[in-house]
Amino acid sequence: MQPPSDPSSASSSASSSASSSGLSSGPSPTGVIHDIGYRGYDGPRLGRRAVARALFVHSLRGVFGIGRSAKSKVLPVGLSVIMCVPALVLAVVTVIGAGRGLLDDVPLDYSHYAMVLQAALAIFLATQAPQTVSLDLRFNTLPLYVSRPLERPDYVVAKYAAMTLGVFLLLAVPLLIMYVGALFAELPAGDETAEVAAALVGAAIYALVLSGLALLIASLTSRRGFGVAGIITTLVMTYAVATALQGVVGIDNDDAVTAGWLGLISPMTLVDGVQVWALGTDPATPAGPASDATGITFVLVTLAVVVGCLGLLVARYRKVRL
Amino acid sequence: MSIITTDELTKRYPGVTALDRLTVSIEPGVVGLVGANGAGKSTLLKILLGLNDATSGQATMLGLDVAAEGPQIRGRVGYMPEHDCLPADVSATEFVVHMARMSGLPSSAARERTADTLRHVGLYEERYRPIGGYSTGMRQRVKLAQALVHDPELVLLDEPTNGLDPAGRDEMLALIRRVHTDFGISVLVTSHLLGELERICDHVVVIDAGVLLRSSSTADFTRATQQLAVEVTAEADAVARTLTEAGLKVGRDANLLLVELAGDATYDVVRDAVAQLGQGLVRLEPRRHRIAEVFEGGARDAAAV
Repeated sequence: MQPPSDPSSASSSASSSASSSGLSSGPSPTGVIHDIGYRGYDGPRLGRRAVARALFVHSLRGVFGIGRSAKSKVLPVGLSVIMCVPALVLAVVTVIGAGRGLLDDVPLDYSHYAMVLQAALAIFLATQAPQTVSLDLRFNTLPLYVSRPLERPDYVVAKYAAMTLGVFLLLAVPLLIMYVGALFAELPAGDETAEVAAALVGAAIYALVLSGLALLIASLTSRRGFGVAGIITTLVMTYAVATALQGVVGIDNDDAVTAGWLGLISPMTLVDGVQVWALGTDPATPAGPASDATGITFVLVTLAVVVGCLGLLVARYRKVRL
Repeated sequence: MSIITTDELTKRYPGVTALDRLTVSIEPGVVGLVGANGAGKSTLLKILLGLNDATSGQATMLGLDVAAEGPQIRGRVGYMPEHDCLPADVSATEFVVHMARMSGLPSSAARERTADTLRHVGLYEERYRPIGGYSTGMRQRVKLAQALVHDPELVLLDEPTNGLDPAGRDEMLALIRRVHTDFGISVLVTSHLLGELERICDHVVVIDAGVLLRSSSTADFTRATQQLAVEVTAEADAVARTLTEAGLKVGRDANLLLVELAGDATYDVVRDAVAQLGQGLVRLEPRRHRIAEVFEGGARDAAAV
C-alpha cells in the first residue's frame, strides 16, 4: 500500500504514534535523522488582507523576474538597465557641464523622461503585464487562488498594485539618478526638488494608467504573444497617431487648441497633458492642453481610465471560467 | 458530526442539470464520490468551495454554510482540481511555498510546511527543478501537496488518479489513504473508477446525472454480497441441491456455484457436502462483489424509475 519511492513510508505508520509523543519531549539531538511522521500546523493563519499583501509582494517580484527562471529575468532586468543608463549619462553630463559653466539646468526635463524612453517602457509593459496575469490564466492556476481565503477582487487589486509599483520604480529610479546628478552639479536645489517631485507624481500617474491598460489587455488572453502584441500596438500606435495629428493640426495648421485636445488619443500624451496642466511642466508633445477646460478633461479622462481598468478587471475575473 | 451536508442542492446550466436535488450527508474519513464523466462530481466540489453558486438548495462544509461563509471554509479546506493547474517555469518548492502563503501561512511556516509536505507526497531532489519538466505522476503529487500544505481539516481531491499508469495509480491511492490515517485529514475524493475508491474509502457516494444513487459505507456495499465460489469436478447440480438442503443459498454462474457466505462454518458445510457426494473440490474461494456490480444494479434501478 505504501509508495515504494518514499523511504520513510515503511516505518511511518508504525512510528507515527511514537513520534508524536517524542515531539512533545523536546528537540531531538542534531545529526540524527528521525522519521517524525506527519506534523500538523497549529501556527497563525493570516487573514485575507495579509494574503493579498503576500500576493502583491510575490507579483511585484515577478514583474522584475525575481523568483522566476533566469530566462524570465532577461527582459525585465535588461529593460531596467536600459531605463537607467540614459539617466546616468545625463547625470554625468550635468555634473561636468555645470562644473564648466556650460549648463544651468538639467539637459532633459524630468517630466519628459518617460516620453523619451517610451519604447523601453512599452516593451516592459508588454512583456511584464502578461507575465503578471496571463500565466495564471494559461496554466489554469486561478482556481487554486480562489479556492483559498482570497476573494477575486483581492487578486485583481494585488496584481494591479504590483504592476503599478513596478512601473513606477522603473520610472522613478532614473529620475532620482538625474536628481542626484543635479545636486552634485550644485544646480539650485529648490527648483530641482520641485521639478523632480512633479515628475515623480507624473511617473505615478503614468504607472497607474499604463499598468491598468496593459493588465486589462493581458487579462483578456491566456496567450502571452497576443498580450504582448496587443499592448505594444495600443501604446505605440496610438502615440504615433496622436503626435502625427498634433503635428499636422498644431504646427502645419497653427491650431494649438485642437492639437491640445488630440492628446486624449494616446495614453502617453494623455498623462503628459495631465502633467502640463496639473503639475505645470512643459509639454513633451507638439501641443499640451491649451485651456483649463482641456486640462480638467485630461484629468477626468485619466481618472476614468484608471477606475475603468480596475472595474473591468474585477468584472473580468468575476466571470473567469474555473 | 457530518463534515459535508447538502440539502436539495440543485445546479442548472442552460440546457443541462448538473445536480438535481442532491441531498447527502458525509461523515469524516475517506469518502469516495463516484460517477461517470459529467455526473456532476466536479460541479459539486466547486459549489462546496464557493467557486460556483448553486441554483437552489443548501450545502454546508465543516458546519459552515458554503454560500455565506466561503472565506472561512476555504481557509480550512484544501482543493486539488481535476485539470492541470501548475505553472511551468517555477520549481515545486517555490510554487507550493507561494500557495501556502496564499492560504495565510506566514513566510517561515510556509517554507517549513512545504518541505514537510513535499517529502510526504514523495517529491525529493526534483522539487528544485521547474515543474514544466515533471512527469504526470510528479505533477499530481505537486497538486496534492499544494492542497495539503496548510494542514487543512478536509481536502477535496478531483480525479487525483487521472492520467496515471497502474503503478502511479496505486501509489496515489495509498497516499490518499495515508492523508487520512497518518495525517488525520478527512478526504473527499472523486473518481469514475469504482474499483479504485473501493480500496481506499470508508464511505462511497454514487451519483449519476446529478442524482444520488446510493450513499453507504464501503463495508455495506460489500458485506451483503460476500460469496464463496465453488467449483467441483462433476455433478454440480447434485452438490447445489445438497447445499440448499443444508440451508445455504446457492446460485450458479456457468459451472461455478456461488454459495452465500454465512460464516466460517459455511466452508465446512461445503467441504463435507462435496466429500459426501464423492466429488473433487477444484476451487473454493471467497468472491467479493465489486461495488461496480452494485452500481450497475443501482443504475438499472434508477433507469427503471
